[in-house]
Amino acid sequence: MFGISLSRIGAVFLKELIQMRRDRLTFGMIIGIPIIQLILFGYAINSDPKHLPTAINVQDPSVYSRTLVRALENSGYFRVTHVINGEREGAALLASGSVAFVVTVPPEFSRALARGERPQVLIEADASDPAAAANAVGAVAQLPATVFNRELSGGLSSLRPTPAPFEVVVHRRYNPEGISAYNVVPGLIGVILTMTMVMITALAVTREVERGTMENLLAMPLQPFEVMAGKILPYIVMGYIQVTVVLIAARVLFGVPMLGSYFDLSIALALFIAANLSVGFTISTVASNQLQAMQMTFFFFLPSILLSGFMFPFRGMPEWAQWIGTVLPNTHFMRIVRGVMLKGSHLHDMLADVWPLIAFMLFAMAVALLRYRRTLD
Amino acid sequence: MSGALAIDVSELTKSFGARKVVDKFSIQVPKGQVWGFLGPNGSGKTTTIRMLCGLLLPDSGSGTCLGYDIRKQAALIKRNVGYMTQKFSFYEDLSIRENLDFVARVYEMDDRVRAVDQAIERLGLVERQQQLAGTLSGGWKQRLALAACILHRPQLLLLDEPTAGVDPQARRDFWDEIHQLAAQGLTVLVSTHYMDEAERCDRIVYLAYGTVLARGTVGEVIGASTLNTWIVTGEDVRALAGELQGRPGVDQVSVFGVTLHVSGTDAGALERAIEPYRARAGFAWKKSSPSLEDVFIHLMAPFRARLTG
Repeated sequence: MFGISLSRIGAVFLKELIQMRRDRLTFGMIIGIPIIQLILFGYAINSDPKHLPTAINVQDPSVYSRTLVRALENSGYFRVTHVINGEREGAALLASGSVAFVVTVPPEFSRALARGERPQVLIEADASDPAAAANAVGAVAQLPATVFNRELSGGLSSLRPTPAPFEVVVHRRYNPEGISAYNVVPGLIGVILTMTMVMITALAVTREVERGTMENLLAMPLQPFEVMAGKILPYIVMGYIQVTVVLIAARVLFGVPMLGSYFDLSIALALFIAANLSVGFTISTVASNQLQAMQMTFFFFLPSILLSGFMFPFRGMPEWAQWIGTVLPNTHFMRIVRGVMLKGSHLHDMLADVWPLIAFMLFAMAVALLRYRRTLD
Repeated sequence: MSGALAIDVSELTKSFGARKVVDKFSIQVPKGQVWGFLGPNGSGKTTTIRMLCGLLLPDSGSGTCLGYDIRKQAALIKRNVGYMTQKFSFYEDLSIRENLDFVARVYEMDDRVRAVDQAIERLGLVERQQQLAGTLSGGWKQRLALAACILHRPQLLLLDEPTAGVDPQARRDFWDEIHQLAAQGLTVLVSTHYMDEAERCDRIVYLAYGTVLARGTVGEVIGASTLNTWIVTGEDVRALAGELQGRPGVDQVSVFGVTLHVSGTDAGALERAIEPYRARAGFAWKKSSPSLEDVFIHLMAPFRARLTG
C-alpha cells in the first residue's frame, strides 16, 4: 500500500543522530576506541621487539669480548643492562625476567680463539615468548661469520671462518624495516570497525526493544526496512569517521604509507561496514536485552580478531581455524586494506578477497531482514 | 453498518505456543464511544489491543478497524489509530519537542511544526519543551504519551492501561481529556484495572483468560450478575469477616475499611448464613446491589477454583 518513504527514514535517522549525540558514552566510544586501540596496538604490540635487556658475563676481558659485546649491541636487539660475574647471578636475572638474554664469554676465550680451538660463547635466551626471542637469536647466528674479521688479521687470518657455502638472503618486502605498526594499523581498521559497528547496531536496536519503544515504532506507519535503514545510516557515517581518524593517526603517529587509492579503500569499507552492521542487526533480533547483545557481539568479535590474521599469521593457523577465518569478513577486509595501503594494489587485483566479502554482506543482510520481519509477530 | 462502527471484529483467536491467549473474541464498538476493557493480568487485553491495531496477526477470526481489514490493511489502520502502550514507549533521551517532532515526521504531517506547537501548548509545557522526556514525572509522561498518540489526529484511540501508577488528580484530568476527545468524535478503547475508570466508560467488556465474561453498561453488567450483596457497617468488621468466611451460602467477603461486602449467589442461603450475626450489636446491615468489583471477583471465581483445584 505504502512504498518506502524517504521522509520516514529521515525521521528515524534524525532521531538516531540526536540520541547518539546525547549518549556521551557511546559517542565517546565511537571516537575513543579507534584512538585507544591504535595507540595500544601501534605502540605496544611489536612482533619484532628490539633493545632487549641483556646481561653480560665476561670471564675474559679482552679486545675480542669487547668487540663481541659491541657487535651484539649494534645488532639492535640487545641492550646491555647488567654486567655480572658468575652463572648464578645470570640465572637469577633470567628467572626474574629482568633480562631477556645472558651472554657468557668463558675464561681463556681469547687464548683459545688464538689457538684455533673454536671456543664457544654462550647465549641464554628467555624463550618463554618465542616470538620475542626468535629474531634476536637469528641476528646472533650471523655474528661469528663476520664479527672478528678485523681483529683476526695478519698471522691470525687463518682463523677467519671459512665462507659459508651459501648465503641466505632475506628480503622483507613491503615493510623492509619490519615495522609492526605498518602491519598492525591497517589491520586495526578491520578490528575497530568489527567491534564498534556490530556492537553499536546491536545495542541501538536492542535498546528499543528493552526500553519498550520498539512496540511504539511498530505501531506507527514505519516499515521494517525504513527502521533498519534509518538506524543503520548514522552508523555508516560513524564508521567512515572512525576510519578517517585511524588513517590520520596512522599517518601522523606511525608514518604508515598509503600507496593505493582512497577510492578502492572506501568501496571495500562500504562493503565491510554494511556486512558488520547487518551482523549487528541480526544479533539485535536474537538478543532480548543489551547485555545479551554485548555478549553475542563478543562471540563474533573474538574469532574476528583472533582468526582473521590480525593477531597471528593466517598461514600459521591450523587448517580448521583457517576455514573459520575464511568465512569471517574481517579476514578478507584486512587483506584488502593491507594490499591497498602497503602494496598499492587495486581492488581488481584482489577479487579473491572482494567476492567473499560481498557474499558475506548479502547473506548477513538477508538474515537480518528475515529475522526482523519475524519479530513483528 | 461498518460506517457506524469503529471496531467490528469477530472470533479473534491468538495463541502463543500452546497457550491460547485470546479465544474467539468479538466486539462491535460504535464510533464516538468510550469503551473500557477490564480483566485480570494476563487475561489477553494487551494481545487483543495489539491485534486491533495491526501489531499482531490473529491466528483466526476476522474483522475491521475503522473499516479497514485487520489482516490486510494494517498499514492503513496504523495511520489512523493512536496506540498508547502500557509502558511509556517514547524516547526518554529525547526532549518533549523532539519526541513529538519525531512522531509528526513518521506520520509525514504537512503542518508538522504547527501541530507540534499546538500539542505542546495544549499540554501546557511550552516552558519545558526542551526538557528530556526521561526527567518528567509519571503523570506528565503519560500526558506526553497521550499528546503524541493524538498528534496525527487519529479516529480511534487504543489505550493500554494508560493510568497505571498515576496519582488520582492526574487520572481525573486524563479522563476528562478522554471524554473531550470522544465528544469530538474520537472512539476510545481503554484497558484498566480501576473500577472508578470503568464506571466512566460508555460500555465495559470484561475479559478473563481470553474469553469475554461480561459486557454492557456498568448497570447492565451488575444487573446481569446473579450476585446478592449485603453491606455491613461497624467498627470491627474484620473479625466478623473471619467468622463469615466459608459459611455455606457466603461466596465472598471483603473488607473496605469500616464496611464489609458479603455476597452470595443464592439469596436465601446467604440470608440464612448471615441470620445469626444480624442481631449482633455494633453492626448495621443493609441489602444492596453488588459493586462492579464484587461482580468481577465473582466472575473470576470459577477460574480461581480451576487454578487451585
